[in-house]
Amino acid sequence: MSERHPRLLILTTAIIGLVLMLVPLPHWATVFWPAFLVLVVLYWSIMMPRAGGMTLGFGSGLALDACQGSLLGEHALALSFVTYLAIRLHLLVRAKPLFEQSLFVFAALMAYEALLWVIDGWTGYALSTPTRWVPTLTGGLIWPLVVGLLGRFHLAR
Amino acid sequence: MAVFGSDLDRPLYGRAPSPGLRFTVCVILSIALMYYDRHGQLVQRLRFALDAAVYPLQVAVGSPSRAWHWLTDNLQTRAALQAENLQLQTQLRQLELRSMRQAALEQENAQLRELRASLPPLIQHWQLAQIIAVQTDPLRQLIVIDKGTHDGVRPHQVVVDAHGILGQVERVGPLSAEIILVTDPEHAIPVQVTRNSLRTIAIGGGSDGELVLPYLASNADIRSGDLLVSSGLGGVFPAGFPVARVIGVRRESAQLPAQVRAAPVASVDRDREVILLTFSADNPAAPAPNPPIAPAPRPKAKSTAKPIPSDDE
Repeated sequence: MSERHPRLLILTTAIIGLVLMLVPLPHWATVFWPAFLVLVVLYWSIMMPRAGGMTLGFGSGLALDACQGSLLGEHALALSFVTYLAIRLHLLVRAKPLFEQSLFVFAALMAYEALLWVIDGWTGYALSTPTRWVPTLTGGLIWPLVVGLLGRFHLAR
Repeated sequence: MAVFGSDLDRPLYGRAPSPGLRFTVCVILSIALMYYDRHGQLVQRLRFALDAAVYPLQVAVGSPSRAWHWLTDNLQTRAALQAENLQLQTQLRQLELRSMRQAALEQENAQLRELRASLPPLIQHWQLAQIIAVQTDPLRQLIVIDKGTHDGVRPHQVVVDAHGILGQVERVGPLSAEIILVTDPEHAIPVQVTRNSLRTIAIGGGSDGELVLPYLASNADIRSGDLLVSSGLGGVFPAGFPVARVIGVRRESAQLPAQVRAAPVASVDRDREVILLTFSADNPAAPAPNPPIAPAPRPKAKSTAKPIPSDDE
């Protein structure tokens, strides 16, 4: 990997991921809508763990908190955890075929959602629906797509 | 914290600070932020700045749909506009007829309350705001509007649309404000059944866009079709504004509370514009001036315009 300025690319893709999470959608679509920003952060943490690093995870989480009006630090904590997980295991995950990568992403998204759920519960927001776990599944399913798309951008340079 | 994207050729491990250390720092920072967001004032200020920072992004994200609405509004045919105009005129005439006796009724009401001077209008000031973002999380029912402290928006201000109460302002940024809808599970509004003045509390039902009334005994006199209006208790909402209509009542046994569902009368998921209200405190229907805690004793007023406590205090 010989990218000289992946910073700009990472920032751009992160913003696109954030925008995708903020677009107004009909109600049925929000049930399936995956957390694109988390997928983007996961991609960069696995493929180029040195470029974005923990800063990317924490910063993206903060941006998400600011945009979604959740408790400041909630998404930041969850995303930091997922980023750390991905950075620690990036060599392991990167060597696997796409299908197994999808499984890892699914597990990571589950951990992310579970952390949010726990924090929600602790802060007195105990209400939950089973549908909150659906986006983790769709997130895992579109992982090959994310890899294909982002890989095209950052490997074609 | 390490600089974003620096030192690509250095090894991942064995340089300071390690990802583990940085992860720990991130975790501590997040937890501190969460704690002070709930309990402190400092983070509130940071939040204020962050709101201003994400405002352009929120506007940008909402712009395609706004552009589409603008386009369709502008490309409407003359016939469609004429039809709409006609419909609005009919509506206006109906409203005029309905409000014709309003002034007389208000006067009569004031006399019944032995209040010689006429009451100030309940709504002192209103302000139109555009919705710029909708919270997509199915568990939270929040919207963001394009008015903030710059335009005089305050927390706990009541937000309505043309049909009824929509919610209240939860957090105010410099240019935007976050509104919690009555359908949010964290939101409760004191209501009253118009048919028999039964008072209770309506809590948001979450993603299904409904309200639930969990505090009614199974023998409570309530049925489908009942209109719920705000009762004026609680100090945030004024009395007598439509909130929801009961759509389902289930009574399972005498011991359990009745399961009552209600649909908001405001078109919560279809609005593009909302109205922010400011009430004149002298009107008896206005919410009490000191919201969450016990209402302070009213100051002694002059005999000409003596505020009469409303009957629900």
